[in-house]
Amino acid sequence: MDKLLSYDKVEISYGGKTVVRDVSFSLEPGEILGIVGESGSGKSSVIRAAAGILGTAGKVSKGDISFQGSSLLDLPEKELRKIRGAQIGMIFQNAAASLCPVRTIGDQICECMSAHRKMTKGETRERAGELFRRLGLPDTERILDSYPFELSGGMNQRVGIAAAMLLDPALILADEPTSALDVTSQRKVLEEMCTLREVYGTAIILVTHNMGVLSALADTVLVLRQGRIEEYGGAEQVLNHPRAEYTKELLAAVPRLKRVQRRM
Amino acid sequence: MKGIRNNRIKAKLILFSVLVLLLLLAAAFAGQISPYNPNQQNYEIALDPPSASHPFGTDRYGRDMLSRVLAGGRTSIFSALALTAVITVTGTAVGVICGYCGKVIDAVLMRIADICLAFPGLVSALAIAAVLNGGTVNAVIALAVVSWPKYARIARSRTLAVKSSDYIAAAYLAGDKPMQIIFRHILPNIAGQVLVTAVLDIGTMMMEIAALSFLGLGAKPPAAEWGSMISEGRSMFQLYPWLVLAPGLGIFVSVMLFNLLGDTVRDYMDPHSRQRG
Repeated sequence: MDKLLSYDKVEISYGGKTVVRDVSFSLEPGEILGIVGESGSGKSSVIRAAAGILGTAGKVSKGDISFQGSSLLDLPEKELRKIRGAQIGMIFQNAAASLCPVRTIGDQICECMSAHRKMTKGETRERAGELFRRLGLPDTERILDSYPFELSGGMNQRVGIAAAMLLDPALILADEPTSALDVTSQRKVLEEMCTLREVYGTAIILVTHNMGVLSALADTVLVLRQGRIEEYGGAEQVLNHPRAEYTKELLAAVPRLKRVQRRM
Repeated sequence: MKGIRNNRIKAKLILFSVLVLLLLLAAAFAGQISPYNPNQQNYEIALDPPSASHPFGTDRYGRDMLSRVLAGGRTSIFSALALTAVITVTGTAVGVICGYCGKVIDAVLMRIADICLAFPGLVSALAIAAVLNGGTVNAVIALAVVSWPKYARIARSRTLAVKSSDYIAAAYLAGDKPMQIIFRHILPNIAGQVLVTAVLDIGTMMMEIAALSFLGLGAKPPAAEWGSMISEGRSMFQLYPWLVLAPGLGIFVSVMLFNLLGDTVRDYMDPHSRQRG
């Protein structure tokens, strides 16, 4: 099968300071790749590089990122725009911040939709409402007419997730999509992501701290530490029979709470 | 509760808009509604205190103060409005371009702004107005040259803050073109701040035009202008206070109205206060 996305010895730097070195991996359509690592290990930078949103100071300084066979770094802006909107969706760590504060949610979703598909406002609202319901958001009409600050953090998070899924992109970049959600909503979101993969063959890159989520969803796992790959392989192998010392530490570091017996 | 609050903001907005409109109409039709010719001199009634026939009294040439305040309003209000509009639009455009593009464009435009700010505002305005040979229009041009950098700076810093936010990244990722990002995402998010600054600035601009007029570089006598009228009456304030109070009242009322309108517009535009019931 053709590779959907591949990183070839990618190096990312911010203002001359290298934060990610020599990262290579590839993703097939429908594959879910989990990226784990401690805070500051470059997880977010790795997926932001694919989206082209490293910011003004950040850039891919070496290597190449290719999407469906063409290099994302060489494509002209016009082609990139088509890919970004319709083919790559992103779920932000803080989805509330990814919604424009001065416009209603329905307004933003319709705008995004009309830029890529011929669809009337009514149809878009219908579709968005349907997706909201599947993600466990009640009262969809009210949400569409709300401003982001009128909704709770968890609601905004799911709106952000719905916005990324709306166009059925070939690739979803998810930066800790569920860390702001309660367990029930987490489950709904993860189920929806699985459905998306089964129905549309969507590939997902999932950045997470949650080993449980990882073992439930990921096909392959990439362990990052200080901007370098520690281990990269099938989920079963990495999670159950880790080779790298660091992966073992990371897995062992899952906090276990124990009730201390109180002496009477 | 939310609905009531919303209605109150709307009611205030309508009230202040109507009052400002009345002020603008009074200024625009000063020639039609003023009881006397504002430049008609009559030494027999010079420096008369307010009376039934001259509600604001007369000045030292016997000119009717009410008529002069109305005529002066036209110059003061419209030149202040034109000046504020010009610097707001220019400054914001430059600031947004600088903030969005960065790099060379940013450096060049902001250094030009720094040059304009290098001298005390009124001093360089004075020099420019003098070179341009005075007159109300030239005073406005001179003040525009020294005042726009403030807006460029506000717009630039706000643009930088907004630009690094995730919703701009999301818009970019959704495939928006740079122009769409600027007009749909950046401008609406910085408009409130710029607009309030602009409306609050109308009063300041009125005073600065008045200052240039006082120095003989703005409105030229015998044309009436609030600032120059105050300057003229200043020396006689203790004996004939109406010479200062009449144009002062004009400035006070119009500046206050513009400020109240500015605050209400900000409240109305801010979605945090525009909630549905």
